[in-house]
Amino acid sequence: MIADEVATLTPSDEAEACAMVAEARGRGETLDIVGGGSCVGLGRPPEGKRRLSSARLDGIVFHEPAEMVLRAKAGTPLAAVEAALEAHNQILPFEPIDHRALYGGGEPTIGGLVAANASGPRRVSAGAARDSVIGLRLVNGCGEAIMTGGRVMKNVAGLDLVKLNCGALGTLGFLTEATFKLLPKPESEATIVIRRLDDARAVAAMTAALGSPFGVSGAAMLSPGMGREFSRTFLRVEGVAASVDHRADKLLARLAEFGPERVLKGDDSRRLWWAVRDAEFLAEPRDRAVWRVGVKPSRAVEFLARLGPRALAHLFDGGGGLVWLSTEPTPADAAALRAALAPFGGHATLVRAPDALRAAVDVFQLQPPTLAALTRRVKAAFDPDGVFNPGRMYAGI
Amino acid sequence: MAQIAFPPPDPTILARRDEILAGLAAILPADGLIADLAGRRAFETDALTAYRRLPLAVALPRSADEVARVMRFCRDAAVNVVARGAGTSLSGGAIPQEDAIVLGLSKMNRILEVNLADRYARVEAGVTNLAISEAVSADGFFYAPDPSSQLACTIGGNVGMNSGGAHCLKYGVTVNNLLGVRLVTLDGDILDLGGAELDAAGLDWLGLVCGSEGQLGIVVEATVKLIRAAEGARPVLFGFDSCADASRCVAAIIGAGIVPVAMEYMDRPAIAICEDFAHAGYPLDVEAMLIVEVEGSEAEMTAELACIAAIAKAHGVRVTRESMSAMESAQIWKGRKSAFGATGRVADYICMDGTVPTSRLPEALERVGEICAGYGLRVANVFHAGDGNMHPLILYDVNDPAQQQKAEAAGMEVLKMSVALGGSLTGEHGVGIEKRDLMSCQYAPADLAQQKRVRAAFDPRAQLNPAKVFPLEGRGA
Repeated sequence: MIADEVATLTPSDEAEACAMVAEARGRGETLDIVGGGSCVGLGRPPEGKRRLSSARLDGIVFHEPAEMVLRAKAGTPLAAVEAALEAHNQILPFEPIDHRALYGGGEPTIGGLVAANASGPRRVSAGAARDSVIGLRLVNGCGEAIMTGGRVMKNVAGLDLVKLNCGALGTLGFLTEATFKLLPKPESEATIVIRRLDDARAVAAMTAALGSPFGVSGAAMLSPGMGREFSRTFLRVEGVAASVDHRADKLLARLAEFGPERVLKGDDSRRLWWAVRDAEFLAEPRDRAVWRVGVKPSRAVEFLARLGPRALAHLFDGGGGLVWLSTEPTPADAAALRAALAPFGGHATLVRAPDALRAAVDVFQLQPPTLAALTRRVKAAFDPDGVFNPGRMYAGI
Repeated sequence: MAQIAFPPPDPTILARRDEILAGLAAILPADGLIADLAGRRAFETDALTAYRRLPLAVALPRSADEVARVMRFCRDAAVNVVARGAGTSLSGGAIPQEDAIVLGLSKMNRILEVNLADRYARVEAGVTNLAISEAVSADGFFYAPDPSSQLACTIGGNVGMNSGGAHCLKYGVTVNNLLGVRLVTLDGDILDLGGAELDAAGLDWLGLVCGSEGQLGIVVEATVKLIRAAEGARPVLFGFDSCADASRCVAAIIGAGIVPVAMEYMDRPAIAICEDFAHAGYPLDVEAMLIVEVEGSEAEMTAELACIAAIAKAHGVRVTRESMSAMESAQIWKGRKSAFGATGRVADYICMDGTVPTSRLPEALERVGEICAGYGLRVANVFHAGDGNMHPLILYDVNDPAQQQKAEAAGMEVLKMSVALGGSLTGEHGVGIEKRDLMSCQYAPADLAQQKRVRAAFDPRAQLNPAKVFPLEGRGA
């Protein structure tokens, strides 16, 4: 029996979660799903009557280092998983963004990173979170436990509901367990730094690097004022030490025309990529709106030019394919950004803004009507009565 | 007789054939519609040749707009639609039925855009897999997934089945290399899902459509990731005196944190068949062989191969042969990639596609041998060992119905074993008709029901590639 005054439901296992969801559905109640609360600011503001938390679904179910596979319960802190992997020199391939820099608190969990498809700079070579999640368990809006995917690297049996739930922000189901494929932790990394490139030259350097045969696993640029008074373009190679040195040398030669200056290694390199990954330099001032914009790298500079001074600060990740930027938190700025982007066919997500703004403007790229209708039908296929995360992605869904 | 059941064709559709043909003829140019018996025969099966059904008609549209009009017509006329690329499915994914039209994408075969700066290509669905890499190879780029049938199979079919290939160990399968698709729904809506801009927010339509076996809509266009090739690549052959040693060596290489570009396994029968066909210089006096490919600079390849060779030595490798030239490398891969075709020269076969956790490979291989021996059948194993994706080729004589039945029964046992070991029925070939009735081994009823509800969000009456993927009513293992 669930008492009415309980604001947060914290099931201790999947069966209990099923019962709680079924009961909420029976009462016509809605539930906002929470993990460790580190990305509560992502999406439209919560509208649910109560919260359903994965906090007690905690623990690594198995880690098979020799198979490079790990399964953990949804509420497991990411830190616990990373510690377990570290002991075997393994990593989650996609370098998940830590949202705490932007939102300011909470504890990143496994379920949260799946729900947010939280990827980082290694996206360019190792794919997004959704490319490394090979299995999920979830509770659908009818209170049924659903398994999709599994624990093997290749599995095309039936519809892939794994990826559909990655990045769905909990609108389709309450995740209880996720299985990941892993990579060996790179023995070494080196980051080439090029100073003082303007945006267009930075994108050109990153494009040259990513189009080289040297396996670049990170291509980013921090604007002037982000840690230094001048812009810095970063290009990373990772792997066994001898190979990293070799490829860094070749890359330096290839990028000669851009004037590469230095190569950072070890912790100096790592810290830098954390700052890029977490958009750390956009965290302050805290009242600014922060956006993630996906464009073709070759159009990134044009997009920024169209947006003009409304972009208060920006950085590039993904070779320019991901533009992080901040604006004033106003509907007019939001509209201007979407208008500036429209000719290029990319997509923009309002990652951080006050609740009022996130309720007033589209947080995610607006879908054409046919796709919006499909979103409603797929949502209904999982959650016919709209129990989970009402309005979190799109108003009214 | 053959075991895989087809539902009886819907007599109300068959009775309306003339009317349906007239409706399609109003949409398609004369050479875009095949109605005569001889013409339709060419579309009655795919690479699962033991099964065939004559389609009602074959539509070969030239544009997304024509596809959309055909789809709307089929929705309104309640006609089933079976999508087809090159018809190379090994699981019967493109086998039609008497009450369905085949919608073939072969006339939509243009490469629309190559953008090397942004590292993508946009192509129509009927473009072959290999044609994409060929279009960009002069610039040093390639499209990574490389199914054995890549010379013939189309990107549309690859998307439908989420196809893999030998080099997926490092670069991932189709879904990991797909950036966008243009999908035509049964309602005739033309949807652009994903695109050259990574990670569009919203539901991951791309991930859902990839591998949906033509049941959500018709993929008419794909935007795929182009990858710059490494400085060099070199395959090495390792021959072992026992299958167990070879498969343990695979698990040990992965366990040591080494991810080669490809790691392929062939047993003695497979080696003999492929060598006879391709003259690749495979060792004929070993029980099992691994093809391990590494890439990078000379120094990198040498260093990585030294680690791999040490592991192989610890597992009793007897023959090691490094490719010394590009031509030799090409021969080595030609032998591997022609395995299915070469096997077809010596016997009829069914090709299984189960995956198992790599640590269970030795056990799985042993069980495959026992199962086939139990039915008195020969088996050749040639597969993607690095990701545990097994391809036992079970040999039989298609003119002997008893043998066919035995081969299928053995295959089903092999697949059930894969699932029991923690794996999957299919790693890259798809479910099709072949494995549909085994889906209930891998998934609980609620799991399958959830998948079917998602399918129904696109196609409420299950008109698209019907009677595939999900167990037929009243069947299931």
